[in-house]
Amino acid sequence: MIHQAPALTIATLLLSAFWIPILGMFKKESAYYIALAALFLSFASACVTLYSVLLHGTVHYHMGGWLPPWGIEFVIDYLNAGILALIALISFLTTIAAKESVKQEINRDKWPAFWSLYLLLIMSLMGMTETGDMFNMYVYLEVSSLTAYGLIAMGEDGALMASFNYLILGSVGASFYLLGVGYLYIVTGSLNMADLYRLIPGLYHSKVVFTAFAFFMVGIGIKMGLFPLHVWLPDAYTRAPSSISTLIAPTMTKVSVYVLFRIILSVFHIQFSTTIIPAAKLLLWIAAVGIIYGSIMAIAQKDIKRMLAYSSISQIGYIVLGIALANRMGLIGGALHIFSHAFAKGCLFMVAMAIVYKTGIRNIDEFKDLNKKMPFTMAAFCIAALSMVGVPPTAGFFSKWYIVLGTISGRHWTLTAVILASSLLNAIYFFRIIEKTYFSSFLGGGGHGHHEAPSVAIAEAPVTMVIPILIMAVGILAAGIFNFQIIHHLLQFIIPKGLV
Amino acid sequence: MEFILSKFNYLMYIAMMMIGFYAMIAKHNLVKKVIGMNIFQAAIILFYISIGAKKGATIPILEGGEHHAISPESIQVAHYINPLPHVLMLTAIVVGVSVTGVALALIILIYRRYKTIEEDEILRRLS
Repeated sequence: MIHQAPALTIATLLLSAFWIPILGMFKKESAYYIALAALFLSFASACVTLYSVLLHGTVHYHMGGWLPPWGIEFVIDYLNAGILALIALISFLTTIAAKESVKQEINRDKWPAFWSLYLLLIMSLMGMTETGDMFNMYVYLEVSSLTAYGLIAMGEDGALMASFNYLILGSVGASFYLLGVGYLYIVTGSLNMADLYRLIPGLYHSKVVFTAFAFFMVGIGIKMGLFPLHVWLPDAYTRAPSSISTLIAPTMTKVSVYVLFRIILSVFHIQFSTTIIPAAKLLLWIAAVGIIYGSIMAIAQKDIKRMLAYSSISQIGYIVLGIALANRMGLIGGALHIFSHAFAKGCLFMVAMAIVYKTGIRNIDEFKDLNKKMPFTMAAFCIAALSMVGVPPTAGFFSKWYIVLGTISGRHWTLTAVILASSLLNAIYFFRIIEKTYFSSFLGGGGHGHHEAPSVAIAEAPVTMVIPILIMAVGILAAGIFNFQIIHHLLQFIIPKGLV
Repeated sequence: MEFILSKFNYLMYIAMMMIGFYAMIAKHNLVKKVIGMNIFQAAIILFYISIGAKKGATIPILEGGEHHAISPESIQVAHYINPLPHVLMLTAIVVGVSVTGVALALIILIYRRYKTIEEDEILRRLS
């Protein structure tokens, strides 16, 4: 049973996604509980997989017993074992938190369809993380996009157009990825990542390989909302139902960034993107512009969800920057930032979901006195905001710290300045919310002259929302405090040999 | 001339891809965008089919049965087309059909809501 765990992570979700619409015909409420149970089993399998990776190293799982490079294999190594467990954990917590919000936002008739698509989305993200086959990756990529189109379209006014724009761009991205796979197949005759890793060095000067690499970068760039290709992201995150923004913001873009990691590190060799073609240098500057652009756009927003979406674009920039630095510290920082950003952004979107659920407020200017109404939620918000800014001992500090060390050891002083400047910009837009919430009743006072604090009754979000939010906040702190353990047991092994 | 003839299907795939890409970017009508997307995907399918094809080769089914066993040495790779890209395209066609289905479903919902499928008009109503 233990060695089937990699397959079980997605098999449970697939089977439940199939049964939910059927059982949902008889009892609509059953859909949620089936989804929750399936996600719990999937999370348990992901933990078992992580555990066996920690004990025995890389796990290979051959689908149907077909040996690679002909069969499809799941490869779980030190990089994706952690990300797999992270996705399973965050989607499980999001599901608990989303229960009430979905009841409020989604029409009762659509519950079975909603939860079925929801499970398929998580399944495809896990599949993308686990697979060791390029074409299999394409299929999971398309499943994740298709389910995301459907789920985003269930949102508020404007969600349909947001979803349609995402569909057009997303299918261009996936098609480019597919072309890249085709180009690599022409010259190598293989689709297996480990096999490609072995074959590609002999073909370094083939133009076909260059073109394939370019197609991969553009295709994956669209999927993860890298700066010039991000246009679908703000609308999709803002207009989607709160529960869906909460699910896709921490997981979907992170998985796409992971795919970038995989392609740069273990399909192509890292030397390919640093010395053969100047791809890493190009990515560095794109990422730097994206970081500043995302932060500045986030400052300009009034809607909290839209602000968080722009902040995501900037944070994706950090991770790509870490990868593109192509040195030891940069790669560790980039990989660690996947974890810290997933926790922080998940927590922030959950808080936004709780606020929207309880008060219906999305405009930041109306956040006054929310801390008195929702003390726990806003406390978690502060922790997550501090992590986004990069204040120790939150996870965000350590990942940014490693990326900054990476820029210093690569002697990219401008990029060091960009990261520091962007941290200040992050501070502006997060402290603005904290100031509006906590201090606006002290300042300004409404013209009465005396500071009689208006008694605001505590109206906290339901317990099923508050507990996941608090767990995420603890997760941010834990990922920060135990960052050395994460690096020591997992991330140090992803660095290719011979890299300083 | 020789170059054009020898690479004809690859040049055609690029031309088709650009036509589809143009339609996706430049057209304001949502259905035309979806048609552009279909052309784009068809171009990629054409590309994959081309890479599997070989001149004078046949379908990769070995003739003969239990009575006429074929020795592996007698099989010439050049005599059979490569079936793998074609099989991959079966999956890609299914994906393409589902994307088109979702896109058309979205267009129906958009039409019901805004009574138009012209993008600029919808954006005007949204703002």
